[in-house]
Amino acid sequence: MSEVAVSAEHVSKRFRLYHERNNSLKVTLMRRGRAKFEEFWALDDVSLEVPKGTTFGLIGENGSGKSTLLKCMAKILHPDKGITNVNGKVSALLEVGAGFHPELSGRDNIYLNGSILGLSKKELDAKFDTIVEFAGLEQFIDAPVKNYSSGMYVRLGFSVAINVEPDVLLVDEVLAVGDENFQRKCGEKFAELREQGKTIVVVSHALGTMRNLCDHIALLDHGVLKKVGPATEVIDNYVSGTHTDRIADGDADARWGSGEARIDKIEILGLNGQPTSIVHTGDRCTFRYHYSTTEAIKRPVFGLAVSTVDGTLVAGPNTRDAGAVPEKIDGTGHVDLTVSKLLLLPGRYSIDVGIFDFTCVHPFDFRQHALRFDVEAGQPHDTQGLVSLDGTWTVNGATLRLTPDSP
Amino acid sequence: MASVSELVEARELFRNLTLRELRGKYKQSTLGWAWSMINPLATMLIFAVIFHYVLKVEPPTGKPSGLHSFPFFLLCGLLPWNFLSVGLTAGMGAPLANAGLIKKVYFPREVLTASVVTSWAVQFAIELVVVVIAFLFVGNVTFQWLPAVVMVILIQTVFVYGLALGLGAINVYFRDVQHFLGIAMQLWFYATPIVYPITLIPAHAKLFGHSLPMRALYELNPMVRFVAMYRDLLYNLRWFSLADFLYVTGVAVVTLAIGRGIFLRLEPRFAEEL
Repeated sequence: MSEVAVSAEHVSKRFRLYHERNNSLKVTLMRRGRAKFEEFWALDDVSLEVPKGTTFGLIGENGSGKSTLLKCMAKILHPDKGITNVNGKVSALLEVGAGFHPELSGRDNIYLNGSILGLSKKELDAKFDTIVEFAGLEQFIDAPVKNYSSGMYVRLGFSVAINVEPDVLLVDEVLAVGDENFQRKCGEKFAELREQGKTIVVVSHALGTMRNLCDHIALLDHGVLKKVGPATEVIDNYVSGTHTDRIADGDADARWGSGEARIDKIEILGLNGQPTSIVHTGDRCTFRYHYSTTEAIKRPVFGLAVSTVDGTLVAGPNTRDAGAVPEKIDGTGHVDLTVSKLLLLPGRYSIDVGIFDFTCVHPFDFRQHALRFDVEAGQPHDTQGLVSLDGTWTVNGATLRLTPDSP
Repeated sequence: MASVSELVEARELFRNLTLRELRGKYKQSTLGWAWSMINPLATMLIFAVIFHYVLKVEPPTGKPSGLHSFPFFLLCGLLPWNFLSVGLTAGMGAPLANAGLIKKVYFPREVLTASVVTSWAVQFAIELVVVVIAFLFVGNVTFQWLPAVVMVILIQTVFVYGLALGLGAINVYFRDVQHFLGIAMQLWFYATPIVYPITLIPAHAKLFGHSLPMRALYELNPMVRFVAMYRDLLYNLRWFSLADFLYVTGVAVVTLAIGRGIFLRLEPRFAEEL
């Protein structure tokens, strides 16, 4: 890799856990010294380099030190040993709307917050309309922010922060703000920043998002850097590493989860409604989960990942994205995903299935390679790629039907 | 640690934070900025009644202005004192008041203290403008002295800023600095010739049989010099003494150097200690 945007060299950070905080002089004098505290290393000799223009993820369990590392990069915390270096202008999205003054108008706060994030008045003048439009607050921009709803407040804060357009953007779990429409806009903005060759360092628990968003990922555990590498590789490693010991039983390649809800069986129902392992391109088919629970599960998310046998993810529908999350499940039952026209092209496919909590972070049950099935030629019968777009070709406006199997 | 180039980059931030302080100050009150005048006037009235009419403290006659007025004599000391008092208290509290910001965003932290102290300096200047107009009614035309007044305000601002930086940083670690300050300020107030003329302080005093150079010790207090300078310019209508000028400038520079030294040393751990 060429240039390095962010680097950490042997970074260690020690935190003090006070048994009794003594920030009063009296207590200090009586104890003749600082309060008793235990020290622990939140970061222990972490070295890594983030290449310029890439999106880099930091993952790990709570307390793994990933946010501490991000704060060291942002210069909010000073490492006790080692140094962090950032080339170019940095903006840290650790908390949106930090520094808003409730009595001031949205307009004044944009200028205030923008300058805290390092923008000049001139730059802010130029970006002002974009920021307001992005936040969708044109009508309210001259009202004091104390009268804003929490959603409006967050939107304005995020809009200022993301429009700073730094060379390096540090993001901590703030991707999930606002309504769906706003989230989509944020996603687009991130994509735009990546295209512009900006470097993004992001900390998150949402592994699915991280897999799609990041080029490289570093895995931290109790302050120690465990693994750095391509996103998919590190996440797969992390997922199987953290979860395999919970439930493991026979038939599937790998299975994990906390077990309150389980997928007893997954099957594909063909045209006649009977279980099958062979479907044809263009056929109607149904993926059926048979589940059972040990207790009532609120708002479970059922997900399905269809991959080719060499591991390329083709599709990943889930009930949350579809807006079809049941309020709760209890006992046994089945959940169907009906596909009216399966547009996979011929080949062998493998499916992973899972039941997650609503945040999609905690798996109740996840079965990797739960089922393999074959797709055989049908209609449409494209030969290139993994899926058919099911389009219609016309030449000078006229539809041509040259295929031998056309009726 | 904040480098000089970072401070230059932060000038926009400094401006905006100062404006935030100024605009936010009286936002919720009906009288708004009038409060910045009502407060010192109320204090002035109370002190004038108690010290002039009850305790019979006589103001000196201004030389060469010939002015003899306790309220004006008082205001020339009270307003600079108020600036020290509120500027120091608020400036010292700036890191605590902005804990949320310090924990989430990086920028040179001393800008917070600087903007708070500056906002009070601006308010002090506005109060002085009102006083200058009031002086016209009693025949003191002060316009030619105003550039010098501005200079004294600047020196005092540096002094207050240095104190606020140092104490503010220590206060992050030991919160009772702010409570202790409350008592210290009371003592300091009466150790400064605000409600009485300096002539009441004897040149020498006997203590346990030893002769102490009372006045010289008293004049170690830089606020004594600041008040004398404001009074010279506005009440007496004459130049302040060179000794006063050199002394306060020296104290201000040393205070800033020490205060900033303490601040920069303690600043790196702010985000954890707050």
